[in-house]
Amino acid sequence: MDTAFASEDLAFRDEVRTFFAQAYDEELDSRLSTPDPKVYKQAIVEWQKRLHEQGWIAPGWPAEYGGTGWDATKSYIFETERAAAGIRDVVPFGLKMVGPVIYTFGTDEQKQHFLPRILSSDDWWCQGYSEPGSGSDLASLKTKAERDGDDYVVNGAKIWTTYAQHADWIFCLVRTSSEGKKQEGISFLLIDMKTPGIKVNPIVSIDNHHSLNEVEFNNVRVPVANRIGEENKGWTYAKALLAHERTAIAEVADSKRKLEQVREFARAEVNGGKSLLADPLFQKRLSDVEIELMALEFTELRVLASVATGGAPGAESSLLKIRGTEIQQAVQELRMEVAAYYQGAMPSELTAEALGHAFGREARQAYMYGRASTIYGGSNEVQKNVIAKAVLGL
Amino acid sequence: MNFDFSEEQVMLRDSVARFVQDDYDFDTRRSIAASEAGMSREFWQTFAELGWLSIPFAEEHGGFGGDAVDVMVVMEQLGRGLVLEPYLETVLLFGGLLQQGGSDAQQSDYIPAIIDGSCLGAFAYLERQSRYELADVATTASADGDGYRLNGEKVVVFNGGNADHFIVSARTSGEQCAEQGVSLFLVAADAPGLDKLAYSLMDGRRVVNLVLNDVKVPAGNLVGELDGGYPLIESVVMQAVLALGAEAVGIMGELNAKTVEYTRTREQFGVPIGSFQALQHRMVDTFIAYEQTRSLLYRAVCALTDAEEDAATAVHALKVMMDRAGKHIFGEAIQLHGGMGITDELDIGHYAKRLMMINTTFGNGDYHQAKFNALRYN
Repeated sequence: MDTAFASEDLAFRDEVRTFFAQAYDEELDSRLSTPDPKVYKQAIVEWQKRLHEQGWIAPGWPAEYGGTGWDATKSYIFETERAAAGIRDVVPFGLKMVGPVIYTFGTDEQKQHFLPRILSSDDWWCQGYSEPGSGSDLASLKTKAERDGDDYVVNGAKIWTTYAQHADWIFCLVRTSSEGKKQEGISFLLIDMKTPGIKVNPIVSIDNHHSLNEVEFNNVRVPVANRIGEENKGWTYAKALLAHERTAIAEVADSKRKLEQVREFARAEVNGGKSLLADPLFQKRLSDVEIELMALEFTELRVLASVATGGAPGAESSLLKIRGTEIQQAVQELRMEVAAYYQGAMPSELTAEALGHAFGREARQAYMYGRASTIYGGSNEVQKNVIAKAVLGL
Repeated sequence: MNFDFSEEQVMLRDSVARFVQDDYDFDTRRSIAASEAGMSREFWQTFAELGWLSIPFAEEHGGFGGDAVDVMVVMEQLGRGLVLEPYLETVLLFGGLLQQGGSDAQQSDYIPAIIDGSCLGAFAYLERQSRYELADVATTASADGDGYRLNGEKVVVFNGGNADHFIVSARTSGEQCAEQGVSLFLVAADAPGLDKLAYSLMDGRRVVNLVLNDVKVPAGNLVGELDGGYPLIESVVMQAVLALGAEAVGIMGELNAKTVEYTRTREQFGVPIGSFQALQHRMVDTFIAYEQTRSLLYRAVCALTDAEEDAATAVHALKVMMDRAGKHIFGEAIQLHGGMGITDELDIGHYAKRLMMINTTFGNGDYHQAKFNALRYN
């Protein structure tokens, strides 16, 4: 057992640190933090293209498809340095979700067409899983795809589709059979968002932002060539993807950075002439979270190390998802504590002028939208069902 | 980066696990706990023959030269078997103080005897008023001719009834709670002026209070520097907390496994109670608590082994987690075993009581969280 970095790893860490310091700046950061979705999209694509030029856009992918070929230690260093530099993660839908499905289960044509465009961020993907009637019980989905010559004709609706308004493509689970078990009649389709019959309806979320959508499909024609793998086997491919997704959702490195920020904000915040950080009750709340996070960081490393030696992220990814999102919410709650009454401020030019800072608003929006993290990617209760069955054998 | 055990460590783990499996079933343990000594000398010899008593000691004294990972591997399995024999007390505390701070003469006098099983030791560090403060030492040692004279009382001395020798913390200078001025002395169990009051703890362990009434020891019995015993205590205790962490992880794993197994077989309303989601989710929570504690154990062991700057932070964090996760896990284990969970007959309550004693040993969760906070936020 050994967790010390080798000198080669330390050199890599310096290389990553230098790259982030040079390639990422405050101007880009402010465009990425804007509430304006168009400015945000342009900025994140610009940043992802910089990462792509560097060859670091897809750490998890095999080298033959454009991945970095890093081991678990290097991937960990990269993620930690990214978060420590205050840089958000890449948009996951192409790079972390559908990309691995395509290189694992796709045809050569699909790989050649889609993978380079995901790596270069020329295609923006969104995820079509949940439906108005199918949330945690995902396999009950009803969006139907009926064969008509070389096409499927898709009818139905998907919901909670993040950034569908930006997307060029959507990957969808659709029902191709109503025979047998409900999991066995599902297929995995890649659908061009410009296809006639697709309508995107915005949903404004509890943080007052528009990132979520409902996507309607009315007689949308999708070439059969855009199906991943076999017909009615889509559930298997989606399940393989879910483990990757859940591991990514834990966001351990980002929580570390945010907790560090809470510590610094609390140090500067004065209550009755004393730093909030010196308050023993606040200290206790802070260390309750920090200690769980210190543990989860090593739980994640243990999972990464076992994946690196040939294991696949299985039910452990559910553990990471559960505790990772609980910690994210606990950190958001601490930020709200620090923000005090400023958490109430709504965004407007006048509030900006009146307060001179946006900390309270940002803390609240993160806190409110953060409620979603224990719901998406399979709710934490569903994750517990997964562990109960797969790990505990119940 | 890897979390794998070496081939030697796997063999060591399997050897302790096999002993627990084959020779240390719960009835055996119960009869050892009920015996006068509260331990089995015969098993202690087995430990010596299998080399377990040699693990943390340097090779020059016949030791195995092992590190914190080797100790962890052993302690986790001893925890699973709820083993009563005084490994922590004799090998890690008494032996650890000598290994880290003893003179050449002390090391060659005592370490080989610990390794061959003939010497049992104990560390007398607590006093009636000291609670968790290792530096709160009122027992005195004053110069007396070419040696020292010790007066005072030490309490809750683990393995005190069986120990052939003690290492006693005593004040040689400074105020009562000052770190500077604490010294350590070897005291033979049969030293004139040493009185022992023996009693038992809820986890089956035997302890004594030591009353020291003008106990004379030669100058050569001073362990480590005069007035400089505290850093030595701190360092050995840090290692001991890791060992207790491993023991606790072993116990937590057993409690979780036994609870899952019980809910698969216990039927109510015509079905195994493990089929109820309300219980499944609680068992998932205890599974997560267990994995998280193991992760912090690994983190603390690696940090201390690599002498990382934040090693003390990691050890404090581990002790906090052991306390919280331990109570959570044994609480759920008792609840899910229903009425059986509160009987003395079942092993569950005995695992719980050992975890409770581990929590109070070297400071409970709150004590370590305050230390953690002071390091991180002041």
